[in-house]
Amino acid sequence: MSNYLGNYSLYIALIASVYLIFKSYLDANSENKYLDKNFILITSIQTIMIMVSFFSLVAAFVISDFSNETVFNNSHTLKPLFYKVSGTWGNHEGSLLLWLLVLSIFLFIFLLNSRSQDTKYKLLTILFQQIIISGFLVFILLTSNPFKMLYPIPSEGLGLNPILQDPALAIHPPILYLGYVGTSIIFSASLASMISGNIGDKWARHIKKWVLVSWVFLTIGILLGSIWAYYELGWGGFWFWDPVENVSLMPWFCLTALLHTVIVLQKRNSFKEWTIILSITTFSLSMSGTFLVRSGILNSIHTFANDPSRGLFILSFLFILILMSILIFFFNQNKISNTAKENFILSKETAILVNNWFMMFFLSVVLVGTIYPIFLEVLNGSKISVGPPFYHNLLIPFLIPFLIFMSFGPSLKWIKDKLKKFNYNILIIFFVSLLISFVILTKTENSFLLSIPLIVLSIYLLLVTIKDFFVSRSSISQKISHFGFSLLITSILLNGLFSNEFNSNMKVGDERIFNDKVVKLKEVNVTDVDNYKSLKASFEVTNKNSSFALYPEVRIYKQPLTITSEADIKTTLFSDNFLVFNILKDDGYYNVRYQYKPLMIWIWISTIFIGFGGLLSVIRKNEQKY
Amino acid sequence: MFKILKLILLLYFSFNFSYANEINTKVDKITKNLRCLICQGQSVYDSQSDFAISMKLVVKNKIDEGKEDEEIYDYLKNKYGEWIVYEPELNRNTFLLWSIPLILFAFGGLLIIRKVSIK
Amino acid sequence: MSKNIKFLGLLLTLIIIFIILLKGLNVSKDYSNKKLKSKIDFSLNAKKLFSDEIINISDLFDKNSPSVVNIWASWCAPCREEHQFLMKLKDMNINIIGINYKDSPKNAKNFLSSLGNPYSEVITDNDGTKSIEFGAIGVPETFIISGKTNEIIKKYIGPLTSENLIEIKNLLKKNV
Repeated sequence: MSNYLGNYSLYIALIASVYLIFKSYLDANSENKYLDKNFILITSIQTIMIMVSFFSLVAAFVISDFSNETVFNNSHTLKPLFYKVSGTWGNHEGSLLLWLLVLSIFLFIFLLNSRSQDTKYKLLTILFQQIIISGFLVFILLTSNPFKMLYPIPSEGLGLNPILQDPALAIHPPILYLGYVGTSIIFSASLASMISGNIGDKWARHIKKWVLVSWVFLTIGILLGSIWAYYELGWGGFWFWDPVENVSLMPWFCLTALLHTVIVLQKRNSFKEWTIILSITTFSLSMSGTFLVRSGILNSIHTFANDPSRGLFILSFLFILILMSILIFFFNQNKISNTAKENFILSKETAILVNNWFMMFFLSVVLVGTIYPIFLEVLNGSKISVGPPFYHNLLIPFLIPFLIFMSFGPSLKWIKDKLKKFNYNILIIFFVSLLISFVILTKTENSFLLSIPLIVLSIYLLLVTIKDFFVSRSSISQKISHFGFSLLITSILLNGLFSNEFNSNMKVGDERIFNDKVVKLKEVNVTDVDNYKSLKASFEVTNKNSSFALYPEVRIYKQPLTITSEADIKTTLFSDNFLVFNILKDDGYYNVRYQYKPLMIWIWISTIFIGFGGLLSVIRKNEQKY
Repeated sequence: MFKILKLILLLYFSFNFSYANEINTKVDKITKNLRCLICQGQSVYDSQSDFAISMKLVVKNKIDEGKEDEEIYDYLKNKYGEWIVYEPELNRNTFLLWSIPLILFAFGGLLIIRKVSIK
Repeated sequence: MSKNIKFLGLLLTLIIIFIILLKGLNVSKDYSNKKLKSKIDFSLNAKKLFSDEIINISDLFDKNSPSVVNIWASWCAPCREEHQFLMKLKDMNINIIGINYKDSPKNAKNFLSSLGNPYSEVITDNDGTKSIEFGAIGVPETFIISGKTNEIIKKYIGPLTSENLIEIKNLLKKNV
């Protein structure tokens, strides 16, 4: 029943989409002053239809309706209700349906929110957004229909990958998609504004909200993915430079650049073409992300079922969209009225250009590192791996100038700033950060030379961003985000510098001395839980004057047979103690990996600050100054 | 100041440091740079699969024999191909990989200089 | 004019990227080292499964014709599947050297006494390091090694199939 409902409502949504494409195209060429009431009506019908479809899939998962192939492949009656629901988007078909749902909801909100905009501009935005929606609808119906029926109906499902049974991962895809899909609105709107010729400060104010919203969701989405990797994959890292992670980072760099550029457009009415180019690129990167992940073209920790016909479809669709935007860009370029403005070297405009410059560089490193192996293999058949050392070698040296620019760029004035008289505050802050870094660096025998300037500069930037809160009360949201960023860099650096670990085979009763702690494996309890067998170890970590216990676990799932290691982590404000163990073939011995990771929690907190700054900016619409 | 910076950069590139500072021993350092070929996106160091365990032993044996890091990488590349190392070495195949971002950075810098009037 | 050139340049780049990604879709994502023809270190020592005697592996290879090396274990189910093909190879008088991977000698001997022993000699690989020398990633794997150059001529990752059998026959006929 729910299968038919879900399936047919998608067809109705497709019909609505085709109607809206033609109607908006025709209306855009006429001289209508007002938006036809039908647009809101049909768009809401479409949104409701996609919602019905999505919720009938959710319902199928909740009641474990195994006549549905997607449910059969990805669920199991023994699964907790929460993970049955999240299983809806934990697979290829369901996740695309979620993409589609967000696409249509966003268009609907856009229509409600842009009453004051020019009619032609709105019609064209609908047109481009509906082209994207119809593309996804056809894609789902042709290659990834989540409502395929099975007969005879199986009595039990094949289960959801236990590694995906995690709260952070359950909400990670929806949040990330909100970010990805938000960029589709920016894309459609910027193409529409290109044709209707209304790019300017007014448009910038209107689109900035969407940029901010997508950016906040993307930031939090990436954070959740990273937290999941840290807790669940059991290697103690939070970023692996895995292709699937990179794919979410690429639009983030681009969106961050756009976020800054759009402010210049709003305040100074310049950088028009660059804003459009960034909007197109951001969405193309979000779409490529879907392509790269869903087509299975990448080698990644995060495996997704792949099927070349799906890859072919997304690839063609993506290239049609890019081609369309290039054509629109080149044929409407003359409509952009660029009042040639002079950019002075000491000005906020230039500072933002420099920000964009670095963002584009970071983007190019990640982009090239991610797709180069594919290109090389196609062109001459050799297979190479591009892993963390590549990214670190290219990105870390460039952080030094970036941190320097970031420490003074934001405080520059618009148009033209003067070299101020020597500022003693800055000098004091610099010496304080030198002093702090000196104390920190004496505590490590680290030989990584770049760490000296990096630590000094990141602490310096951190202090400067804190100082900025006291200078004036304006643009508080920007200050929060910048403070979050400097805190993030500082935490990552110190975390990298002071992390250490041991890796050893232990049996029950063994002790290992590590730093000034004693780590003892006291016992391992074996129990049977719902859908897995659990081996829970009990460790005692004793310090000079305190002790705490850690209970890592190994789970042996039955459906499908998978062994996962659940790390146990003792988190304090200063450090994480991360312990994970594995079963070995030799009876009685376990492989134990104990990691000391300072300031771990601050990596998450600082990212929340970054996102919170953006959120605040969305809420405070009438912020005086950015 | 500039000279010091240059010296630091030079040292950095000539020693070719791996970023992970938790590397205590040579074995850890090498196995962290090796891809576990039968795992999804894990390094040999991080993996507990049969293959990874044997690989760690082989690396340890080679170090005990007095082999240099480069010799060990070459040995493994000879057996398993370039794919096994995470840090692609600079050669004809990977020249563009390392240089495209740097070229783009230089190009971007030129564009900004053209846009900005220095007065 | 320059605008048109930019446009065409962009278009061309786009088409090239499209074609490359299109081809990339059909490239296998699995690890494969079939193209690699690495040399085997013949000075390697190993212990025999049946006699506990330590030998130099160069003694096992026929210097004039290629030999087949098969990595197996009694606990590995696909090894059981491919065993019949190895027996067929043995019937054709082909020199097959077995490497017993991370196995207990008792189980390994039982495996061979119940299913037949296709190997001219079996050496043990308790810690898996010998298999690394052959560039193996797991069990089962099969290699054809030239006795003249010590080089791996052909690799099969995973269990052998009947098609592989024909291929091996033809390869060995050529007497490389």
